[in-house]
Amino acid sequence: MKGQLLTGNAAAASAARLARVDYVPAYPITPQTEIIETIADWVREGTMDSKFVQLESEHSMVTAAGSASLAGARVFTATSSQGLLYAMEMLYNVAGWRAPMVMVNVSRGLAAPIVLEPDHNDILAARDSGFLQFHSETCQEVADLVLLAYRVAEDRRVMLPALVNLDGFYLSFTREPVVLPDQETVDRFLPPYEPLNPLRATAPVARGSSVMEGHIYSYFRYNVHAAAGRAREVFSEAANEFEELFGRAYGPVEGYMLDDAEYVLVISNSFTSLGRQAVKRMRERGVPAGLLKLRMVRPFPSEEIATMLRGRKVVGVFDQNLAPGSGGIFYPEVAASLYHLKGRPNAILPVVGGLGGKQITGKEMAAVFEEMIAIDREGKTPSPMFLMRDDELARVKKAVAVAEGES
Amino acid sequence: MSIATRFKTLRDMPTEDYLAPGNTLCAGCGGILAVRIFHKALGANVAWVNAAGCLTVTMTYPLSPLKSNWLYTAFASAPAGAQGIRDALDILMAKGRLPKSEDLKVVVVSGDGAAYDIGLQSTAGAIDRRLDFYYLCYDNEAYGNTGFQMSSSTPYGSSTKTTPVTPAFPLGNTVAKKNLFEVWRAMKAPYVATLSNSHGVDFLRKVEKGTTMKGPKLYIDFAACPTGWGFDSRDSIEIEKSAVQTGVWPLKEAVDGVVRHTFVPRSLTPVREYLKTQERFRHLFEPAEKTEAINTIQASINSYWEKVASDEGAQVRLAEA
Repeated sequence: MKGQLLTGNAAAASAARLARVDYVPAYPITPQTEIIETIADWVREGTMDSKFVQLESEHSMVTAAGSASLAGARVFTATSSQGLLYAMEMLYNVAGWRAPMVMVNVSRGLAAPIVLEPDHNDILAARDSGFLQFHSETCQEVADLVLLAYRVAEDRRVMLPALVNLDGFYLSFTREPVVLPDQETVDRFLPPYEPLNPLRATAPVARGSSVMEGHIYSYFRYNVHAAAGRAREVFSEAANEFEELFGRAYGPVEGYMLDDAEYVLVISNSFTSLGRQAVKRMRERGVPAGLLKLRMVRPFPSEEIATMLRGRKVVGVFDQNLAPGSGGIFYPEVAASLYHLKGRPNAILPVVGGLGGKQITGKEMAAVFEEMIAIDREGKTPSPMFLMRDDELARVKKAVAVAEGES
Repeated sequence: MSIATRFKTLRDMPTEDYLAPGNTLCAGCGGILAVRIFHKALGANVAWVNAAGCLTVTMTYPLSPLKSNWLYTAFASAPAGAQGIRDALDILMAKGRLPKSEDLKVVVVSGDGAAYDIGLQSTAGAIDRRLDFYYLCYDNEAYGNTGFQMSSSTPYGSSTKTTPVTPAFPLGNTVAKKNLFEVWRAMKAPYVATLSNSHGVDFLRKVEKGTTMKGPKLYIDFAACPTGWGFDSRDSIEIEKSAVQTGVWPLKEAVDGVVRHTFVPRSLTPVREYLKTQERFRHLFEPAEKTEAINTIQASINSYWEKVASDEGAQVRLAEA
């Protein structure tokens, strides 16, 4: 493969520079920090024509990002985990402001207990904020989705902020071959940002005004929903043009070995690669396995999911997140996408795994497919799978014993 | 430091109003009056950046009493909102994408809840970064918009909805008012000042002085609050004047950290005259007078002005409680 070896973090920073962002308000947090360090270097070396400002918290960082976007600057920022949650109040605000900034989230599990490696409770906590969401499997996707995110977010039919997600460690610190497009072509793909009703001396505006009546509030919230819905079509248009210019195709979802697949795993982010390997192994064993990757998470690609999962026997939904008291977060969204479908799958298996970056082996993936087959053959009602291997459980027990003071 | 001023007497108060008559705030609100005067001194080209408070509800869609820009941010981060706007305007002007004529003065406006409590971190960040902005805090010494709960600006002896007067707690709030002026000054803001709407020329001059400086310029306006403090709305200015005359609210400024009182009462009026005007202090006089508490308040005022007199070589006749 052509390209240079870049970490996911370097790919994100590179894309921000290619997008000619004007403004980067920042705040450090592992495993995102390399993104803002890289940009700080470039700005101070003079190889990136942006203003870099380090704020005193993510809450302030996102506030400044949103207000700068309203004043007419193209804005990029990045965070992870606790930082995203610390800023959460402002995510809803910035979306309500219709400020089309782009933020990269480098996924990391949420405290307590505090952990460094990824799962998706952080990014999915923002699922109802009004930010569009695009999730990456590879470092190449990180760079490309940042560019696509600006194009979609700034489209007048959308005007919403966007999050691009990548997994901490698995992508953030992992070098993969990445083809960075040339500046001239990016400029053709991504025209300068044209703010809508910016704060100006000659044409003053009031933004973020209060609303005291439910019907007006509902109107604005429905508007955000409608704009997020339009982002589906705008993404497809932009992705088509992206493919023409750069030769890489991106849909809201991506199928793998789906043609005749009867057992399909729905999955997102970097562990998709593990899912692909598992599908290949199952195919070698003669099992008609397939995979559906979620790339666009907001708006949720319900139609694409329905189209691509129609007629399958059993679908497994791999949630690298946990909503205690409910289960995986993607599961009900996928199930709702399929419920009214004629020829819907016979069963949908909920799978939770990979929390806090817990590694998933080929055997675990195989166990998921075997469970799907068993559900199909034995007509069982699916019961949720929570992945943990025996050797891991033994290590957990040992740690617990140490914590309890046993020698 | 003295500069040439265009504000010599109240007659010099600019006649231009950037706030349309009629808004949703209480009659006699000191906060909106402060915005009005501040705006007159700054001129037309302003972006107000608001933190949650009483003023937030004056800007209710689809109406706005302001003729300038407005952005409501959140309770805790209005100074960061100012940062984004200031930076964006500077970037766009530097890149030649925005004419200088579109430049705006960026002003954070909040109550004391945001300024003294929940937004202090964000303000500290903006001061550290030497952000070129104004902060106007209308200080009514409690969370007014939510119905008058204690903030760290609430003075000793004030009852509030969360420090109610009961037999076990006869004084209401017993924590002294936070000294935000000194907090801001300690952070090395180039200009910090207190304001009172009752002293319009002093007010206008301080805003005018701010316009000659780069960096964070921070103002605390003593904003009488008829509904929260419990007095007739026509008395707002009189009560603010009384706060200045009793020495409760010193009018001062700090230029690059050097403090100067811009109005020194020659003879302090006894504080009980001020306290008596407001429901929030009524328990200090009824059913029986709480002389010890009133003496405590008077002693703290006297000790403040004794120090001012000695530091600035002024003559102040102290009051007896």
